[in-house]
Amino acid sequence: MNNILSIDSVSKHYGEFTALNNVSMNIREGSIFGLLGPNGAGKTTLIRIINQITSPDTGKVLFNNTPLELKHIKDIGYLPEERGLYPKMAIGDQAVYLAQLKGLDRATAKSELNKWFEKFEIKDWWDKKVTELSKGMAQKIQFIVTVLHKPKLLIFDEPFSGFDPINANLIKDEILLLREEGATVIFSTHRMESVEELCEDIALINKSNKILDGNLDDIKKKYKSNTFEIAVDSKDPISLSKKLESIYDVSNPSFKTIGDNLKLNVKLKNNQNSEDLLKLLNQNTKVIHFKEVIPSVNDIFINSVKND
Amino acid sequence: MEHFSLITTREYLNKITNKSFWLFTVLLPLFLIGIVFLLSFLSSINNDSVKTISVVDNTGYIYDKLDSSNDIKYSLIIDPSLEKAKEISSQNEDYGLLYISSFDSPGEIAESVLFISENSPSLSIINRVESQLERILTNENFRIIGLDINEINSSKIYLNLYQESLDGKETTKVDGIVKLVFGMALGFLLYFFIFIYGSMIMMSVMEEKTSRIIEIIISSVKPFSLMTGKIIGVSLAGLTQFLIWGVMFFVFAFFYSSFFGISNSEAAGQVILSSEEGSAISSAALEMISAFMNLPLTNIFFAFIMYFLGGYLLYASIFAAIGAAVDNQADAQQFMMPITILVIVALYVGVLTVPDDPNGIVAQIFSYIPFTSPIVMLMRIPNGVPIYEQLISLTILFSSVVFMIWIGAKIYRIGILMYGKKVTYGEIIKWLKY
Repeated sequence: MNNILSIDSVSKHYGEFTALNNVSMNIREGSIFGLLGPNGAGKTTLIRIINQITSPDTGKVLFNNTPLELKHIKDIGYLPEERGLYPKMAIGDQAVYLAQLKGLDRATAKSELNKWFEKFEIKDWWDKKVTELSKGMAQKIQFIVTVLHKPKLLIFDEPFSGFDPINANLIKDEILLLREEGATVIFSTHRMESVEELCEDIALINKSNKILDGNLDDIKKKYKSNTFEIAVDSKDPISLSKKLESIYDVSNPSFKTIGDNLKLNVKLKNNQNSEDLLKLLNQNTKVIHFKEVIPSVNDIFINSVKND
Repeated sequence: MEHFSLITTREYLNKITNKSFWLFTVLLPLFLIGIVFLLSFLSSINNDSVKTISVVDNTGYIYDKLDSSNDIKYSLIIDPSLEKAKEISSQNEDYGLLYISSFDSPGEIAESVLFISENSPSLSIINRVESQLERILTNENFRIIGLDINEINSSKIYLNLYQESLDGKETTKVDGIVKLVFGMALGFLLYFFIFIYGSMIMMSVMEEKTSRIIEIIISSVKPFSLMTGKIIGVSLAGLTQFLIWGVMFFVFAFFYSSFFGISNSEAAGQVILSSEEGSAISSAALEMISAFMNLPLTNIFFAFIMYFLGGYLLYASIFAAIGAAVDNQADAQQFMMPITILVIVALYVGVLTVPDDPNGIVAQIFSYIPFTSPIVMLMRIPNGVPIYEQLISLTILFSSVVFMIWIGAKIYRIGILMYGKKVTYGEIIKWLKY
């Protein structure tokens, strides 16, 4: 599959400070890519390099297999984390202006904007000023401005902050729709549940270094520990518990169930498999809960950063 | 290029569709016009009132020789006692009382003349009374010695130096004044333009930074285009404003001369009595016009455009850099300071040294330093500055402009994305190395 963006050994320094250290990653065309990392890790620097706001000291960035250059600006839509609008300019006018800066002509910009304003039912906002809008309303405008010129690559830095759940959902659906229409999406966020829900690939940056990247499912497979949550209604829970302890690594569980008299986290050893465990449980017991523990993005994030 | 014109257009429209722009454009001239009217009104009131000075003349010959004028009238009090005269004078609500004692020698009379008034009299009135008395008493002295006054008057020589510049052009004192005023006017014009529109650029940069739209913009536009587009857009708005003021000035001048022209010449007639002197006034005006035409106008025109452009761009790029470096108005002040000082130094050097010695060493040095050359040189040029000197100065100025725009753009590029840090000079120097 084609990579819409290839970042190859990119480093960036600000004086003594290293913002990015030899970072490489590939972003597949049509994917939703999660760019994760703690505050100050270097995410924003990387995003600014992709947007050609700053240039890397060393390394290169390829857009559709050609070196990134000014003409690619119109192919990228960027919603920064720190975003604003002109306080004294009418909403419609500044949206047209921003679209023109992205290379749309005036007439196209206007008609596209009208479509979006109709879709979001905000036609009467056109002549308003930002000072008359709430923060969430302004965010909607910023979102529209980001996607208006139909860029091939969309970069959202904390897109959901400032939105109430209803509008956050609205925006999420729009993003998924854009992806269906062929856009590639880069998410930079701290909200792990939205990464879990939306992203196919992720990269994790910590202290200017990339410490992890790849397909999210593959990463999860790599990080799972063959641990199973079990809950049973047993006739003899004490002896079953002892038997399990003698065969497997057993620890106290943290999940919730009802109607059981024994629940445990059971970790398989190298040569053991889940079928044997299930067979053992099925003797004289009613299995209520049996589930493999899949590490959440949150866990992977915290563990990787801690171990880094 | 496409971006540049978009940015310039937005910046321009944004400024001229602003209410405060029009308010300032209309109110400032109205304010100035109001002041002009107020002043001419006040001075006409002043001129209308005739000041009566009562005179006690114990010598018997001075009063007859005092010339009453339109605004000063002398009236004789016969009673010779000072007390009584004071009483009469204050009853008549006179402007003052001139008490002249009698002595043999005019010198002694001069020493004993007394002027009594309720309020302190105006200096110009005192001067006029004094000069009249001086003339009368001097003539009396001449008469006593036996000199013929008419002979003395006819043998007096009046001299007006005939001035010529090295290249043979005739110059006069009026020339000097016209040069001075014209040069100052150009210098001050540039000074106002730099500050009004320079700070407008700064505000515009700060607005984009504090509203946080900046990152959205520079993901589409190079910071350099944004900065230069902004500078040009704001300057165009400034030129529009000056154009409007120019039109307003001519309209006002037209109406003023057609409505007040007559009363103006009347007022002039009040001060200057004879029609001969009246025509002297209009010949002075003619002399001023010819002095103006004698100025190196072509040189001034081109120099004005070049220095205006260079000076403005130099300072505008500094203002843009400051706007980008700071988060708020208060922080901007510390960086504004040195600029204000530079411009004020330029003005002072211009005002203090150019009239005395337009081609002196101080004026010369400051017309090479790029931060002061636009103002100082503009003040000097009406007096004639060798072209090679202007070219050297302009070369220095425009190299500095290029350098300053480069520095400004660097600071701008980094500064617009820096938030929350208290910016110091050291910090800014670090940015230049990024």
